[in-house]
Amino acid sequence: MKRKVFAYPYIVWMILFIVVPMFFIFYYAVNVGGQFTLTKFWSTLTDVKNNWLVLWNSIVIALKTTAICLIIAYPIAYILSNMKKSVAGFISLLFFVPMWMNFILRTYSWYAILEYFIPGLIGKPEVSFTGTEFSVLLVLVYDFLPFMILPLYNTLSKIDKSLIEASRDLGANPVKTFFRVVLPLSVPGIVSGITMVFVPAITTFTVPFIIGNGVFTLYGSKIDEAFHQATGVVGDYAVGSTLSIILVICVLISTLIMNYFDKDKESGGQVL
Amino acid sequence: MESNKLIELKGITKEYDGSLALDNVDLYIRDGEFLTLLGPSGCGKTTLLRIIAGFVTPTSGTVLIDGKDMKGVPPHKRQVNTVFQKYALFPHLNVFDNIAFGMKLKHAPKKDIERDVNAMLKLVNLEGYGKRWIDQLSGGQQQRVAIARALVNKPQVLLLDEPLDALDLKLRKEMQVELKRMQRQLGITFVFVTHDQEEALTMSDTIVVMKDGVIQQIGRPTDIYNEPKNPFVADFIGESNIIPGVMLEDYKVRMKGMTFPCVDAGFGKNVEVDVVIRPEDIDIVDPKEARIAGKVVSVVFMGVHYEIDVDCGGYEWVVHSTDYAAVGQQVGISIPPDAIHIMKKTRAKNLFDAEVWPSEGMIYIDNVGFAANGLEEYENKEIALVEIAPEKVRIVAPQDAKLTGTVKECMFLGTHYQFTVSCEENDWIAHSDEYMEEGEEVGILVDAEDLVLSDKED
Repeated sequence: MKRKVFAYPYIVWMILFIVVPMFFIFYYAVNVGGQFTLTKFWSTLTDVKNNWLVLWNSIVIALKTTAICLIIAYPIAYILSNMKKSVAGFISLLFFVPMWMNFILRTYSWYAILEYFIPGLIGKPEVSFTGTEFSVLLVLVYDFLPFMILPLYNTLSKIDKSLIEASRDLGANPVKTFFRVVLPLSVPGIVSGITMVFVPAITTFTVPFIIGNGVFTLYGSKIDEAFHQATGVVGDYAVGSTLSIILVICVLISTLIMNYFDKDKESGGQVL
Repeated sequence: MESNKLIELKGITKEYDGSLALDNVDLYIRDGEFLTLLGPSGCGKTTLLRIIAGFVTPTSGTVLIDGKDMKGVPPHKRQVNTVFQKYALFPHLNVFDNIAFGMKLKHAPKKDIERDVNAMLKLVNLEGYGKRWIDQLSGGQQQRVAIARALVNKPQVLLLDEPLDALDLKLRKEMQVELKRMQRQLGITFVFVTHDQEEALTMSDTIVVMKDGVIQQIGRPTDIYNEPKNPFVADFIGESNIIPGVMLEDYKVRMKGMTFPCVDAGFGKNVEVDVVIRPEDIDIVDPKEARIAGKVVSVVFMGVHYEIDVDCGGYEWVVHSTDYAAVGQQVGISIPPDAIHIMKKTRAKNLFDAEVWPSEGMIYIDNVGFAANGLEEYENKEIALVEIAPEKVRIVAPQDAKLTGTVKECMFLGTHYQFTVSCEENDWIAHSDEYMEEGEEVGILVDAEDLVLSDKED
């Protein structure tokens, strides 16, 4: 099989940039100053108040972000999918143009809006809207909304219009047609939309760091904090690595759940 | 009988962006009949079906189903069900749930659903297929599921939109027979859309032939076949020889310089007509005994019969015969009186609005200038009516003419082809000895003396 040759660069790439770093994370988690030890690993794992609670908060925020994105994106995608292709293309462009701007730049703009612009507007410059769950959620939804719209729009616009006509023909009103035909058929789009929003939302660092303003902390900031210990010298690699391992496992589990739903769909099963 | 009319369409017109898809269609469909809407693609047959189903709202006109006006009644509230062209089966449901879709919406008891769906599966010969997924079925099986899904709701009318199009020939023939069997068994009215004339002739009680949004003829299959009303119907339904002739008096027609007895009457004296003679009605006889004789120019074996082209003094007769004739052989042609079908002449002419520019000596049709004579009495920019005889329209290569258009349809009229060329604003009718492919790009030239102008105000 000569074709295998073409896979070699990819395999090398995978080993260099995925397997080796993972190995280092595990290595640093159980290695303090060149000595093998499980103490840091255990203390991090068992620190419920500092670590698990923040992780739980992060999961809740990620779930909320995903849910809000889904609720906002579905109607938008649905309306877009029923529009003329040219009009839909233009409107979805409006949603995507902000994406061409740098992510950090966008987040800093929101910081400026929440910290200075809105308080100035309502005439109370002493008030700050940053550092709250609401503000972090707002910016997360703003950042990730396009990633929910796109897969939904793709799936919805591929649904054969004659299926909707068939449903209407068989006696389903528009609402029933939506719940019995459109929604079940759009499940693959929902699943990939959720994956594309939930995973980056749970691991996000920039948004809670900037918008959280040091008051509202999420798991991403926690890892950052561990590596940059307050002294500014060398961070605690063992703690940071252990935290990272926990996050990787979380993401893995959520991906597996999503894959399960997707598989179920492919074999033709009913999700709802 | 009034009560017999299940569906009534009155003056249905449908416009799409200024072009007419249906032009003032009047039609009624009787309870329990198998009616076929037949015509070439783009003739409006599918639009008409979708208007009955409620997916398309007519620009004007009334749809009555069972005496009730359907204006504003959405598809899900109509007592009709549709079998879609590509079946439109739900991929997220199995066969059983696809068929049960309509009944579940009506909250029918589970026992009834099970009983009726299984009865339907039996009717369409798919017993035991309930648990299968749609993508595990062949095209023919999907077709049956689509039919079962519609029929299980016991509609008053079943609408079928070219349902056999995607099937191969053998399966198609089987389904034709089966559909007809189901229709008889259930006594449901079927409205069937197709462009396949053979399919229409095989299955229908009534055929409605359509062209360009206008009904050409309504009748039983035998009537449509034997007594086509115009050259289009004759040409579309089977092969035919169409010859210009003159109806001398009742039962006497003159064509090709000879007078023939026929069975038609009521056209008046010395009226120009078109004569239709089906290829299978013509007999090949000994040339010495025949009034028309000619030379065989081609013979093609068609399975059951030979298709023989006989050249008789410049006109090629198409004859279907089970007897073989060799190419080059001299044969005679005999036409029995009952083989001659007379149609009223449809005289096509080009009548356009033209912008007249006497200062340039030009008139503008379709935004293209034509040199014309006798413009003195007009003023610049005046709109006049111009008439051009179809035989005077010269068809040339597109690069040789300023006015170009695409061929919309081409029809053999016995001695020549008549075809329609669609230009920017107008459809031109032209005659030619050559066949033109539909969609072909052609150029149009008209000589100055062939443009006949008349004042619009007169």
